Amino acid sequence: MTAILNPHAAPSVGPERSEGVWAAAWRRYRADRVGVLSLIIVVMFTVLIAASALDLVAKDWQKEVGVPNAPPTFLGPAPPEATGVIEQPKGPNVDISAIDPLAPKYAEWAERAKAYATPDTIKAETLPLGGDRLGRDVLSKAIKGTEISVFVGVLAALVATFLGTLLGALSGYLGGKVGDFFEWLYNVFEAVPGILLIFAFAAVFGRGIGTVVLILGLTGWTGLYRQVRAEFMKHRSREYVRSAEAIGASQVARMFKHILPNISHVILVRMGLLVVGFIKSEVILSYLGLGVGIDDVSWGTMLSEAQAELILGYWWQLVSATAFMCVFVTAFSLMADAARDALDPKLRGLE
Amino acid sequence: MLLSIQDLAVAFRMGKVSGVTQRQQAVGRSGTTVSFDIPENTTVALVGESGSGKSVTAMSILNLLPDNAERSGRILWQGQNLIDTPLNELQHLRGREIACVFQDPMSSLNPVFTVGEQLMEPLIKHMGLSRKQALARAEELLVEVGMPEPKRRLGVYPHEMSGGQQQRVMIAMALACEPKLLIADEPTTALDVTIQRQILELIAKLKNKMKMSVLFISHDLGVVGEIADHVVVMRNGIVREQGPVASIFNDPQDDYTKALLACRPSLTENPARLMVIDEHIAATKAAVEGRSAAAARLAKAKDPNAPVVLEVNSLFKSFYLKQGLFGTREFKAVQNVNFKLRKGHTLGVVGESGSGKTTMGLTLLRLHEPTGGEVIFDGKNLLTVSAQERQTMRRRIQVVFQNPYASLNPRFTIGQTLVEPMEIHGIGNSTEEREQVARELLQKVGLDDRAFGKYPHEFSGGQRQRIAIARCLTLKPEVLVLDEAVSALDVSVQAQVLNLLKDLQDEFGLSYVFISHDLAVVRFLSDEVLVMKDGVVVEQASAEEILQHPREDYTKRLLGAIPRGYQAA
Repeated sequence: MTAILNPHAAPSVGPERSEGVWAAAWRRYRADRVGVLSLIIVVMFTVLIAASALDLVAKDWQKEVGVPNAPPTFLGPAPPEATGVIEQPKGPNVDISAIDPLAPKYAEWAERAKAYATPDTIKAETLPLGGDRLGRDVLSKAIKGTEISVFVGVLAALVATFLGTLLGALSGYLGGKVGDFFEWLYNVFEAVPGILLIFAFAAVFGRGIGTVVLILGLTGWTGLYRQVRAEFMKHRSREYVRSAEAIGASQVARMFKHILPNISHVILVRMGLLVVGFIKSEVILSYLGLGVGIDDVSWGTMLSEAQAELILGYWWQLVSATAFMCVFVTAFSLMADAARDALDPKLRGLE
Repeated sequence: MLLSIQDLAVAFRMGKVSGVTQRQQAVGRSGTTVSFDIPENTTVALVGESGSGKSVTAMSILNLLPDNAERSGRILWQGQNLIDTPLNELQHLRGREIACVFQDPMSSLNPVFTVGEQLMEPLIKHMGLSRKQALARAEELLVEVGMPEPKRRLGVYPHEMSGGQQQRVMIAMALACEPKLLIADEPTTALDVTIQRQILELIAKLKNKMKMSVLFISHDLGVVGEIADHVVVMRNGIVREQGPVASIFNDPQDDYTKALLACRPSLTENPARLMVIDEHIAATKAAVEGRSAAAARLAKAKDPNAPVVLEVNSLFKSFYLKQGLFGTREFKAVQNVNFKLRKGHTLGVVGESGSGKTTMGLTLLRLHEPTGGEVIFDGKNLLTVSAQERQTMRRRIQVVFQNPYASLNPRFTIGQTLVEPMEIHGIGNSTEEREQVARELLQKVGLDDRAFGKYPHEFSGGQRQRIAIARCLTLKPEVLVLDEAVSALDVSVQAQVLNLLKDLQDEFGLSYVFISHDLAVVRFLSDEVLVMKDGVVVEQASAEEILQHPREDYTKRLLGAIPRGYQAA
């Protein structure tokens, strides 16, 4: 009877895995209201980026859909400009066809011109978030810019994390000569001012999304490297690593199978911060004209264009790009913060 | 009455689940609360296993508990109830009237201040002395706690001192304001037996000299029997038994107290198995009901001519310390160790910390690279074999480390931990087969099948040490190096693990190298004993021989230092 009343009481086949470190972290994360809210925002951005990458939205961002510098809809159309019109001469029209040598051809040309249909699109007077100097929709640009900026930030963070983790692990675990070499390399990278290093790389590699990713990845690994190195040095002499050595686990297995999962939270959180930092770096690079190409748009190029527009009073591109960037970067930073709180084993049990 | 604890209960708030605050009861269980008295000039000992609530009870006196603790009951200090005393009044009591000494002297002292400055602080703050007076008083205090060269010690930093000296400084700090009550929370647990003896004698001497009372917290009945006047036995947050030390040791009433007294390996008798708390309680119950308890198993006689599995000849290990800009200094950690280990036998290695016993054990496995000598295992010198052979050899010699909390990978389930070594060495053909072996071994070390999918943090220290042992057994080793494998465990848990080790030795014919600072434990398990001092073997003989007729002064000193419990004077 109990079996019918309570089908779950039967002994389960094989022991179930109990709540792992990640499951426990997720449980703590869910309890953090700010964390959950920022996660929702980041997820919404992710969906937007995916849609943009699949050309579902903002496909025609390069189309000149509005009049140049079309204001946002809520402002209404720009007042017609007072153009200096030349005054019409007084008196009747003078017929000059008699002396116009081209007069007989007009009818023929008009006939020939009819063969070429020139579509005369009606440009919108206003756009949802306004238009840029070519009349392109700022909303579409901002969405497309989000795609590129975030893509660059995440990819560069992945490159930097990979480099930093690998070098940090080797340096921290092996120590000795290898450690000295990587420390030397680290010091060289740290000694050169960051922005100068980026300029140097940019000058060599040229312009483009791939270059920006590479530049940021190659220059941004140092902080993560230091932290991973310290963690590996700490864990290297822990007894569980020695136990692994005693059962015959190889060095690579000890480094990446035993130690790495134990410090993964450090790397993950650091990577979250790198993404934020790199997005901002990309903006600076593009603003300085070393970033993405001219036929691409990113938050950085938008801000760079906005500089010239602002003088003329066209503020909407600046505001849109800034708003998108602020919301995303803030949400992402808060999410990384919440993730650190949830993942840090030192905070475990102190709820 | 100096201090009277009445109806104390302590609970910890553990966060909220669906609006209801969750509480964990640490002291007092289901209506039963804790009460005991500390009279003037008396030593009261709180004894119990970890998790029994003894430290929480002591820390609640001065409210040194974390913020989420809730206390109820009364703590009367000379008639004043400390539970509703505001914090600023408590701070006048702290250090001045009631002082504390904690377990780990290294982490209790501030590493960036000199010993002198730390000693002077309470003197200036509580006693209102000038710097000059305080300095003079600090020196006096160091003399009082038996510190050699007290004047020089005032200017040194904590890391320049040994553990015993640090604990002396802690005691000196506690005594600085001549408190009426000294709370000593496991003050000797982190120390060697010989140092422990000195500290115990020091506390006893100071107690008589300064006419103060001591609340002494320990898990070790041996220590308690020597120092206490009155004993309070705690388990699971409640007092099981309390009374004068003589009656607790000679005529214990509670089953748990009896079991605690029985489960510690002793120097005077050598049973084949140790009593485990639950077994002991069950046996007493059975005897009361007229049934005879399960007959104690007899020790299996060991074959003195069993084949030699491990032979060590003149093993050396040196560490090189950097000195100056280019120079290095040689530190000889292990010098000229020789022994033979036969199949199914146990070699005990004893010595104080820093004697090189752990280094010696780890050198056998080449977890440290040896400097010289040879380790013959199965006819091959382990120290010169190729990397390939070394991997197979590694399978056959395994190690269990001291700290069960650190030796298991926290991100691996128990299953993963047990299967990994078999995967590395290609034992078993499929994952299912390996998991099957792992489950069988879990059963063998006394854990149930559900443990397989759990993570290490869900187990107690004793259970983790069993898991660590099971991990070694997956490789079917012939030699097991046990590096202080039971030192971090409670007495009762220690008994379980020691029994397990003995059973496994009988079943699989394992040979052990058992490294410990505790001679009583070594004696229980070992056939032959090496006594090490400063990296050198000072005495090497059979376990009985060492205990009955120690030749070296050092061995005699080690033996003399072991707490023997209560001795009727």
